[in-house]
Amino acid sequence: MIPEDTVVDPMYFVVLATILFSIGAVAVLLRRNAIVALLGVELMLNASNLLFVAFARSHRDVSGQALAFFVMVVAAAEVVVGLALIITLFRSRQTISLDEPMDLRG
Amino acid sequence: MGEQELFWVMSPVIVLASLTLLFARKAVYVLAGMIVVMIGLAVFYVTLEAPFLGMIQVIVYTGAIMMLILFVLMLVGVDQKESLRETIRGQRWIALAAATGLVVLIVTTVYRIELPIRDIGGMNDGGNPQVIANALFGEWVLVMEILGLVLISAAVSAIVLTHLPRSGDRRSQAERAEERVRARLNPVNKPMPGVYARRNALDVPAIDPEGKPVPASISRVLKARKQDKDGSEWRAIGKDEAAE
Repeated sequence: MIPEDTVVDPMYFVVLATILFSIGAVAVLLRRNAIVALLGVELMLNASNLLFVAFARSHRDVSGQALAFFVMVVAAAEVVVGLALIITLFRSRQTISLDEPMDLRG
Repeated sequence: MGEQELFWVMSPVIVLASLTLLFARKAVYVLAGMIVVMIGLAVFYVTLEAPFLGMIQVIVYTGAIMMLILFVLMLVGVDQKESLRETIRGQRWIALAAATGLVVLIVTTVYRIELPIRDIGGMNDGGNPQVIANALFGEWVLVMEILGLVLISAAVSAIVLTHLPRSGDRRSQAERAEERVRARLNPVNKPMPGVYARRNALDVPAIDPEGKPVPASISRVLKARKQDKDGSEWRAIGKDEAAE
C-alpha cells in the first residue's frame, strides 16, 4: 500500500479539474469551428471524470470509477452523433463554422 | 517520492496542452493538444489506483474517439478558415470572466468540505477490472442496459444522418455499353497499358490491332510528368521493321 504522506490531496484534483472544465467551457463559448467546440465538450467531460476517479479513491468506493466509465460511454455516443451532424452540416453548406448558418434566425 | 511529484509534473503539462483549445488557430493543433490531455489524464487515473479506467482512457479516448475526430477533420475541415470577428460584442471578455468566476466559485465552495486524504485501501483486492465488473454488472446493471440502448441508437442515428440516397437509378453495364454505341464512342473498354506490347510496364502504351500505340491506355499522370513512352520501341512489329 502507498504510505499515507505521499498521497495527493484530492483538493488539488478539484482545482485541476475545475481549471480544465473552465477551459473547455470557454472553448465552447468562443470557438467558431464546430469540431473545436466538440473537443471543448470532451474536455469538460474528462474534467468531471477526473473528479469521479479522485473522489472514488478518497471515499474508498469503486462506484466513482463505474460512473466515470459510464461518462466515457456516453461521450463516445455523443461524439458519433456530433460528428454525423457536422458532416451533414458540411454537405449542405460547405462550412463547419458555427456562425455562418445564420438563416436559422427568424 | 512518487505521487506528489508526478502530480506537479503532469498537471502543468495537461493545463498547457488544454490551452491549445483557446489559442491554437488550426484545428489539427487543438486535436494534438487534446491527445496530450487524454494521455495525461490516463496517467492520473493509473496513479489514482484506477488502472482499468487508465487503459480505457488510452484505448477508447485517445485511440478511438480522437482518431475518429481526426478522420472527420481531415474529411471536412482541415483547411477551413475560422473567422475571428465577434458576432456578439465583448463575448470574449464575458466568457473569460464567467470562466474565472466558475473556477473561484467551485474551488471556494468545495474547499469548505473536508475530503479524506487516503489511498483506495482494500477496494482493489482481487484486481481492479474484477472489482469494476462486479460494480457494473451488480449495482449498476440497469445503467449498463440503458447505455447499450444509447450506443445502438447513436450508431443507427449516425448511419441515418450521413446516408446519401442514390441520385437516379443504377445503370447496368449493358445499358452503359448501349449508350456508348449510340453516341458513336469506342464501344469497348480502354485497354490496359502494355496489352499486346512487348512489355506490360505501366508506361508502355497498349498496341491496337493495326500495330499502333493507343495513347489513351496510359495514365494521365505519367503523361503530365513526361514519364510515358511513345511506344515505338516496344511495338511488336517495330523492331522487325527497323531491321529491314
